[in-house]
Amino acid sequence: MKNRNHVSKIGSSHIFKIIENALTDIPMFSLLQENGCLHAEVSDCEINKNTAAKILQTMHYIRILDERMVAAQRQGRISFYLACTGEEAAIIGSAAALLPQDMIMSQYREQGALAYRGFSTQEFMDQLFSNQRELNKGRQMPIHYGSKALNFMTISSPLGTQIPQASGYAYGQKMAGEPAVTICYFGEGAASEGDFHGGLNMAAVLNCPVIFFCRNNGYAISTPSEEQFAGDGIASRGIGYGVKTIRVDGNDALAVYVATLKAREIALQKQSPVLIEAMTYRLAAHSTSDDPSSYRPKEEESLWKHRDPIVRFSNWMKQKGWLDETAIANFTEHTKEQVLAALKEAENVAISGIDEIIEDVYDTPPWHLKQQLSDLKTHIAKYPKHYPRTSGRL
Amino acid sequence: MAAMNMLQAVNHALVLAMEENERVMVLGEDVGHFGGVFRATSNLQQTFGKARCFNTPITEQGIIGFATGLAAQGSTPVAEIQFADYIFPAFDQIINETAKFRYRSGGQFSCGSLTIRTPFGGGIAGGHYHSQSPEAFFAHIPGIKVVIPSNPYQAKGLLLASIRDDNPVLFMEPKRLYRASVGEVPEGDYELELGKAKIIKKGTDITLVAWGAQVEIIEKAAVMAEEQGISCEIIDLVCILPWDAEKVCRSVCNTGRLLINHEAPETAGFAAEITTKVQQECFLNLESPICRVCGLDTPFPFAHEKEYMPDHLKTFEAIIRTVNF
Repeated sequence: MKNRNHVSKIGSSHIFKIIENALTDIPMFSLLQENGCLHAEVSDCEINKNTAAKILQTMHYIRILDERMVAAQRQGRISFYLACTGEEAAIIGSAAALLPQDMIMSQYREQGALAYRGFSTQEFMDQLFSNQRELNKGRQMPIHYGSKALNFMTISSPLGTQIPQASGYAYGQKMAGEPAVTICYFGEGAASEGDFHGGLNMAAVLNCPVIFFCRNNGYAISTPSEEQFAGDGIASRGIGYGVKTIRVDGNDALAVYVATLKAREIALQKQSPVLIEAMTYRLAAHSTSDDPSSYRPKEEESLWKHRDPIVRFSNWMKQKGWLDETAIANFTEHTKEQVLAALKEAENVAISGIDEIIEDVYDTPPWHLKQQLSDLKTHIAKYPKHYPRTSGRL
Repeated sequence: MAAMNMLQAVNHALVLAMEENERVMVLGEDVGHFGGVFRATSNLQQTFGKARCFNTPITEQGIIGFATGLAAQGSTPVAEIQFADYIFPAFDQIINETAKFRYRSGGQFSCGSLTIRTPFGGGIAGGHYHSQSPEAFFAHIPGIKVVIPSNPYQAKGLLLASIRDDNPVLFMEPKRLYRASVGEVPEGDYELELGKAKIIKKGTDITLVAWGAQVEIIEKAAVMAEEQGISCEIIDLVCILPWDAEKVCRSVCNTGRLLINHEAPETAGFAAEITTKVQQECFLNLESPICRVCGLDTPFPFAHEKEYMPDHLKTFEAIIRTVNF
């Protein structure tokens, strides 16, 4: 055992001083100006044309999907939806910097990351309509996606619970010698949960290759960030825990991509956590259950509409000579048709048969669950009209 | 009297409590200007100011720990947990702190003025995390009271009584009744005594017990049973802790049969506690085994919610089985 001295690295001073802010001005890394031009000092950046095109295409895709599904919820076709409008660059730009073997643990607004990984329109629709083809077997509300094949952990509604899990998952990747990291998405509101603190601290102490990606979008449902925390955002907390930290312009897809690329490199090579705080704005409502006009002014929204991340990235692509407007127009039209067709198909697929209700509670159902299922089936058989979605397939 | 839904009744109780006592404070996620995700705290911030009705950061353990300290100092906090499914980060505070505050200090300190409001239960297509009924977890903890209204009249009278009660109260609001349940509610101040069950209907063949939104389910089943000539006595338990064992046992001694309905999973649900007490007190009067109609022992499912629920048909079938035992 070695001798320890936990005060050895602390200098002393005879001047009495209250420290109010040791972390003045954590800057926001940004590459693109609002008009899409690179900042004057930036010459070029490490992204290839195919990646840039895929980021742009996925941003368009998600915008279309979100608009269509909010409308579908309004029509009563699905019970719930949650859009990521305004935050596409933060989500998709970061997902683009990962490799397929990296685990994604999301909060619930990261459908863009899933789309970037290759989740199909039909898979989205099957989940939103909770039909029997859905990968999570229709057990959760709409938008709680999950795909083992795409290394996208199934979403859980409770806030922040995925943060310490991501630390643990990343530690497992390290112990198994996998050349992979875990990225963990959450909002600035979720960062108030105790799980955030436990998760970051453990990741720092145990050197876990995890990227904590905070979407600071200004609101947690109705609660503005100034009622959520009094310090300098979420970035300052990373430093407090000894976690390497980057603050980035979340509406700048290029900056987010570059920041995440570097974060991944550090996480993997140094086997240490990195926190990214992406400054963005939730242009959408929290979900289809709230109306933002009751908690924020229209003018504020307009300001951020002018900072549309898709427009900004498109402008940069154009200047770069990489923008194929015809291809985007075709893609948009094709996506709209595809979304509508998949929607119509998904809503006509049945939900899982009733036998599935007791599956996956345990590895195999114990006696009491088998008994409950048997009783339930007898009951449904007696009142088939009352349980129309399952009675035909007992 | 005025017609109100359950949300309006809750809001009314909060307004009266805040008007009467300036130390009453309302806190929780989105409860401020927005008025809560269900609007139970509408206009409280506008009326009583930001210092007395305020948004909190998203930290349930923080909310309950903060409210426990606030209560200990002499205020009367009414803390909201947005959904009962999200109360578990605060479990440690409630179980180890709030509930034991007075006992561990030999009565020197108390957080008895604390009330925790939380919506619970299924019926809103909420899946795993907007549907659970965790009352039995809290029934296991000495030092708190657990109260569940089943209509607007009860919601107002019980909430006022809970806020003024000198014990921490977990006030669980059946959210599927928030707008669905409408009834006449006195506009003035009144309290309903905690710990008292309510006999909704007298009957002679079987006693049916439920609480919250399931009360209307057993009422519906009772109507079906009456058509078969079975007379049901219906009891709304109202309070889970302490519960009105005397009223339930007296009823079962008369009817000889008992059915308990709750939405929470069957295993170790509160029905098990009622069953034990009733077989102890009414053993020689029982004509048939005590029957439970509950949620399945699975997580609360989304697509199979209808099949999962202990509905009126399952209850009716169980009544028939019990009476024909």
